Amino acid sequence: MSEMASSAAPPFPTATEKLKFYGLWAAAVIALLLLPRIFPSGGSLTTFSLIGISIVFSLSYNILLGQTGMLSFGHAVYYGLGGFLVIHAINIIGANKLPIPLPVVPLIGGLTGLLFAVLLGWVSTQRSGTAFAMISLGVAELIASSALILRSFFGGEAGISANRTKVFRIFDWSFGPQIQIYYLVAAWTLIAVIAMYALTRTPLGRMCNAVRDNPERVQFVGYDPHVVRYLAFCFSGFFAGIAGALAAINFEIANSAYLGAVQSGTVLFATYIGGVGFFIGPIVGAIFVTILSLGLSDLTQVWQLYFGLIFIAVVVFAPGGITGLLMMHRPLLRAGTLARVLPSYLIALVPTSAMIIGLIVAIETIVHFTVHAGDDSHIKAFGVPFDAANRYVWAMAAILLVGGFLVARKTWARVAHAWDDATSGARAKGIAA
Amino acid sequence: MSTAIELRGIEKNFAMTSVIRNVNLAVAQGERHALIGPNGAGKSTLFNLISGYMLPTSGSILLRDEVVSGLPPYQINRRGLSRSFQVTNVFANMSVWENLRCAVLWAAGHRYSFWKNIDNLPEIRERTARILEDINLTGRRDVPAGLLTYAEQRALEIGITVAGGADVILLDEPTAGMSHAETERAVALIRRLTEGRTLLIVEHDMSVVFGLADRISVLVYGQIIASGTPEEIRGNQKVKEAYLGEEAA
Repeated sequence: MSEMASSAAPPFPTATEKLKFYGLWAAAVIALLLLPRIFPSGGSLTTFSLIGISIVFSLSYNILLGQTGMLSFGHAVYYGLGGFLVIHAINIIGANKLPIPLPVVPLIGGLTGLLFAVLLGWVSTQRSGTAFAMISLGVAELIASSALILRSFFGGEAGISANRTKVFRIFDWSFGPQIQIYYLVAAWTLIAVIAMYALTRTPLGRMCNAVRDNPERVQFVGYDPHVVRYLAFCFSGFFAGIAGALAAINFEIANSAYLGAVQSGTVLFATYIGGVGFFIGPIVGAIFVTILSLGLSDLTQVWQLYFGLIFIAVVVFAPGGITGLLMMHRPLLRAGTLARVLPSYLIALVPTSAMIIGLIVAIETIVHFTVHAGDDSHIKAFGVPFDAANRYVWAMAAILLVGGFLVARKTWARVAHAWDDATSGARAKGIAA
Repeated sequence: MSTAIELRGIEKNFAMTSVIRNVNLAVAQGERHALIGPNGAGKSTLFNLISGYMLPTSGSILLRDEVVSGLPPYQINRRGLSRSFQVTNVFANMSVWENLRCAVLWAAGHRYSFWKNIDNLPEIRERTARILEDINLTGRRDVPAGLLTYAEQRALEIGITVAGGADVILLDEPTAGMSHAETERAVALIRRLTEGRTLLIVEHDMSVVFGLADRISVLVYGQIIASGTPEEIRGNQKVKEAYLGEEAA
């Protein structure tokens, strides 16, 4: 009987699958080690550090959103408090010459995040859904406004700064140069990612998924959904605190922006755009959003507007995020029917790009006339100069926008058709799609 | 003979309407007890009260001589009572395997543990696999529960209910909406899975009820009008008038 029952269980991973799994992590480690050699400039090291911080923060957020089904509007509270405590800790360590090296300092941020999650989470996790979202928003506003009131701790508008090189040194690392900070962030990112991945593979991690899917039913298999949510919240606060600590170490400053609504919104953005349904989703989102926000802000003044448009587009057209979109193609790739959809993608790309270009020209023109009406009308958006006062440009924008939209609609119908064809092809080969 | 479930003077009012009126019921250990009655009689409400989903307005509910009314559902479940739902209530985005595994975790003592790898728990694997075989969904192991056919979802619903090994099982219309063949399979499944356990079942299909139950209680307008063996219920004049009519006679 027991042998029979075991045969019903999923097979244990084969040696190849295990090799693949560990190979992936090893590849990640190698990539982290190689990155600074391929891109050694200070700017790219800063970018990588910011991406690492964003990855930890987004993954911590996804413990709530993707894994336990809790929409938080105030996750920056735990990030920010972790950051502030770490700045204070660095100052105290430096002033008292305590034998605590910088690499363990992020743990202080994590424990701060955990402590506040333990204190603030019990009430808010009573319910998920709207009640939880509203309470998270209220708590965030409360903490963010106290950051401006309690000047001695939060430093008011200016924030609090610290000098990370004054901390007890090991191996003669001063942590002054950005490359050393990069390695610090990379190591902590790796540790945090592994820990959060492991968490999804535990009984608690699985019950988080169950609570997300159906909190009512969870009660009838012996679990208190409130406790499950609370524990998830505490873990999430811990890792958010680590992210905040890394940010504080990177910038050597913590200010009220760390705790604010923009920070809470950005992490929601990154996580959702990356895709909440997959563990790797928030990592993809963090990379995408960090690079995009650094890149877009150089290219256009209204980069936040484009950000919002991208977010809306993802919510409406790709609720699974970038990762969800890519993963949809996996069965087609395995069945070898991917080639049936690719031509239709290429065809759709042309009018869709035309539509987007028309939209960008229209937006930039409108921005010129509403924000800088008196200035020279020869403006530059995304590196391309054009005359915002030229009626031909307006006409071209309108044609691209409207015409592109009308043609794009047709081509997307074609994509849908090709998609159906490819998935039924995959199904015919016995691959679920 | 000891009692598994006992209801003492249970009343339930929603606003001004009284839905359950002075219900007294005892289900013996190991007994298969069916609860029948017309639509809106309060059968599901009674299940909600017993399983802790709702609080009775007055009266008390005992599970193996221990008062459980007032306890939250998970506390009652941990004391060995498990229920299914009339409307399928599974973890839709999770695979069949994950659904069943979640249902065995607490009973196997793993609670909220976050330091164990769930795939390295042999007894969890074993128990989950056994339930999976019992409900004949081995071939659908990795399919998200939301994509199963209706009959498969109903089987999974029963699987989740019994997976934790509770010895008091409440099934709310397990065969509703099933074809004749599916119903037969479901009844065989229920019979097998509740072997040696106490079963309280709400059911509309009279062939299921009379084939499965040791005792039957009839609930009409929130009151139990008769309780007895299938023969006694079949012969009961009040039951015939109120519910069974001529069809079951």
